[in-house]
Amino acid sequence: MKPAPFQYLKARSLEEALAAKAALGDDARFLAGGQSLIPTMNFRMAQPTALVDLNGLTGLAGIAEQPDGTIGIGALARHRDVERSAVIARWQPMLVEAVREVAHPQIRARGTLCGNLAHADPMSELPAVMLALGARLTAQSVSGQRMIAAQDFFRGVFTTALSAEEMLVHVAVPPLQAGTGTCFLELARRKGDYAMAGVAAVVTLDDRRLCRSARLAYCAAGETPVLAEPAAGLLVGAVIDADSAAAVGTAAAEVLAPTGDVQAGADYKRHLAAVLTKRALLAAADRARGA
Amino acid sequence: MDSLYTLTTTVNGRIHTRVVEPRMLLSDFLREDLALTGTHVGCEHGVCGACTVLVDGVAVRSCLMFAPQVDGCAVETVEGLAPGPDRLSLLQEAFRETHALQCGFCTPGILMTIKAFLAETPDPSETEIRETLGGTLCRCTGYQAIVAAVTLAAARLRTQGASP
Repeated sequence: MKPAPFQYLKARSLEEALAAKAALGDDARFLAGGQSLIPTMNFRMAQPTALVDLNGLTGLAGIAEQPDGTIGIGALARHRDVERSAVIARWQPMLVEAVREVAHPQIRARGTLCGNLAHADPMSELPAVMLALGARLTAQSVSGQRMIAAQDFFRGVFTTALSAEEMLVHVAVPPLQAGTGTCFLELARRKGDYAMAGVAAVVTLDDRRLCRSARLAYCAAGETPVLAEPAAGLLVGAVIDADSAAAVGTAAAEVLAPTGDVQAGADYKRHLAAVLTKRALLAAADRARGA
Repeated sequence: MDSLYTLTTTVNGRIHTRVVEPRMLLSDFLREDLALTGTHVGCEHGVCGACTVLVDGVAVRSCLMFAPQVDGCAVETVEGLAPGPDRLSLLQEAFRETHALQCGFCTPGILMTIKAFLAETPDPSETEIRETLGGTLCRCTGYQAIVAAVTLAAARLRTQGASP
């Protein structure tokens, strides 16, 4: 099918884009990568009355390391840019691991990280990674900017804390503490498919190599990405080994609510999540020991 | 904000200026307005990869871009691959020799995908080739022959230093 007619504005500045969105309201949409929006328009599941095209706003495409080690990612930074960023590879390798699992190269060439987060598909890897890394998201409208913690951003399927006037203009990923290792793992039937289960693990060890803190976040686990805090908390003070990692995986899987489908039932997906959690924790702990 | 958009784009080295509705997909623009029907339209939601073209050298789904978005860009389609009417490009020749197509519907998208892939990955592993081909669906060949074609083309490119 073909998209329904819409008004098209190629924004020349962020201010112009925000003003247009404020004037046009919820029936208008920002167009960044469009790799989720355009398919739904082609099926006419989405029929926005206007598109505000951000692709000319190259000032929003940056990926930059700030003095405190925070990595800032602009609204127009594409998955491909994240995948190839030396700064991200060095300081946030889990983000590279996860973004390589997002669809196919042709999609990653257009799709943006911020667009992915604003789309808030709970099947997507990147919201879970942002939860695990404790990212801070900046929303901007004509009225100004506000910061939203990743934990408060994802409200439901395709639903976020953004108002109709706001654009997700920037994501800030805080630096990992010393002694931290990370790992993203997922299982999909084919590379590029949505995962049947996926986990982002962040592990910080103390100088005795015991777990100081751990964070686990899951995609494909319910209506939002899921942060399994009680399960991850079981590791604090413990040695991360095959037994403790497996126990945490089992505990975390119990709070997940994946949807059974033609590929796998919900119980099997929870089983996968438990196994992936064990592997991801062991890998993250290994990396923490090397860090 | 207008209901029509005037765009100028370079396609396979030729400059075109056209007036389009903003909702015109790049795939339809190439096929309907420019009569470049080598770009095939399969699923129209970014799954099959048949419509893959290069925009400023990067492989993208032309069904997931609107025509006004290539205003000022350089687009390459399968029609731009062959160096002349009676000659095939190195990549096309490798596909012909290894029987890497049967019905040919997916082939234009695969050729454009692989052209960009080999430019960035001159010595790919079989895993890399298979992962890249995962973005395009072929219902005939079972992919074995396509992997062989890409492997052959990559080897020839490395020894000849030619363009895909």
